[in-house]
Amino acid sequence: MLINTEDQRPIFIQIAEGIEDAILTGAYPEESQIPSTTEISIRYNINPATALKGVNILVDSGIIYKKRGVGMFVKAGAKEKLQQKRRNQFFENYIVKLIAEAERLGISPREIIMMIERGYQR
Amino acid sequence: MSIEITGVSKSFGPVAALKDVSLSIAEGKIYGLLGRNGAGKSTLLNIITNRLFADSGTVLIDGEPAAENDRALGKVYLMSEKHLYPEGMKVANVLKWSRHFYPDFDMDFALTLAEKFGLNLNKKVKALSTGYSSILKIIVSLSVNVPYVLLDEPVLGLDANHRDMFYKLLVERYSLRPATYVISTHLIEEVAGIIEDVIIIKEGEIIRQESCEGLMAQGYTVSGSSAAVDQFIADKIVIGSDDLGGLKSAYILGTLDRSAVPAGLEITRLDLQKLFIQLTA
Repeated sequence: MLINTEDQRPIFIQIAEGIEDAILTGAYPEESQIPSTTEISIRYNINPATALKGVNILVDSGIIYKKRGVGMFVKAGAKEKLQQKRRNQFFENYIVKLIAEAERLGISPREIIMMIERGYQR
Repeated sequence: MSIEITGVSKSFGPVAALKDVSLSIAEGKIYGLLGRNGAGKSTLLNIITNRLFADSGTVLIDGEPAAENDRALGKVYLMSEKHLYPEGMKVANVLKWSRHFYPDFDMDFALTLAEKFGLNLNKKVKALSTGYSSILKIIVSLSVNVPYVLLDEPVLGLDANHRDMFYKLLVERYSLRPATYVISTHLIEEVAGIIEDVIIIKEGEIIRQESCEGLMAQGYTVSGSSAAVDQFIADKIVIGSDDLGGLKSAYILGTLDRSAVPAGLEITRLDLQKLFIQLTA
């Protein structure tokens, strides 16, 4: 997880997405404990209120849950849920940008498809 | 519980350092007090702690007048550029006297910090380098355990490692024992993530006081070719811009309509330092 104060996303969003990434890659498996907001704020030099705001997004969307006095845990089924969410965003986040850059460079749709196929062969 | 500053003015001869400043500093928040050199930051902090007297106006600490009131002032600690200790005093004695003045001073924590930073307890205050002089003051500030800690240029002379240590310790301390911290600093980028609220002071007047997140959300940066940027910003509130050859970045106040951004223009966030520079230019 990387936090960048110059990023166009607010810090609390970056925190939430960073934890999501860690769940998707398996760094934080389901039913495992994730770092506390205090640990997150110290690690990234950010205000604990900001860290809490980021974490609460994931609590509200049912990705993590809090155990009173123990800490925060990844919910069972969280990975599947996140994959579904990211799949829905894939077109907006990757395809639209890819096409915009391809148009700037004069790359044809056919060439894009060939590059994608080449990418898979590596 | 809060510090309430109402209508405070202060002049040094013909120079008006503070002009009718009103400000509320809430309990348990980290504030960034930002202003250019000579904007009035230190004067304000010194008036809050009764080291300077205001020409007019009042400071209330948890409802009590601060002026000449030991009980109210005991709730506030100001770390300033000036040392208030005798120069010949040893570091160990500075810590001992701090506990005398602030009954909740955490000596164990102070000693742990001294070891972490490599501060020699047997050195005399006057023999400390600028950096270690700051470190001594930081250690006292983080150990006093009062509700309001005011830090005037806390990282003066500190190298990058020690600055990072300080920020981490501050966040850790704040998480475990919430208190109000007011940080006055020139290194805005370094504290941008830590501060919750921003107070911007310009020529003795408070020009902004709001949440950091809220302030940054009030605008955005648009970059691209000068012609395209100029066209896009024609009907917008522009607080500043940078040119580089045929490229331009403009800083805009207002909400962005993403669907109205033409291809070739890039939108990024305002960053606190740029925003500060534009607002106080």
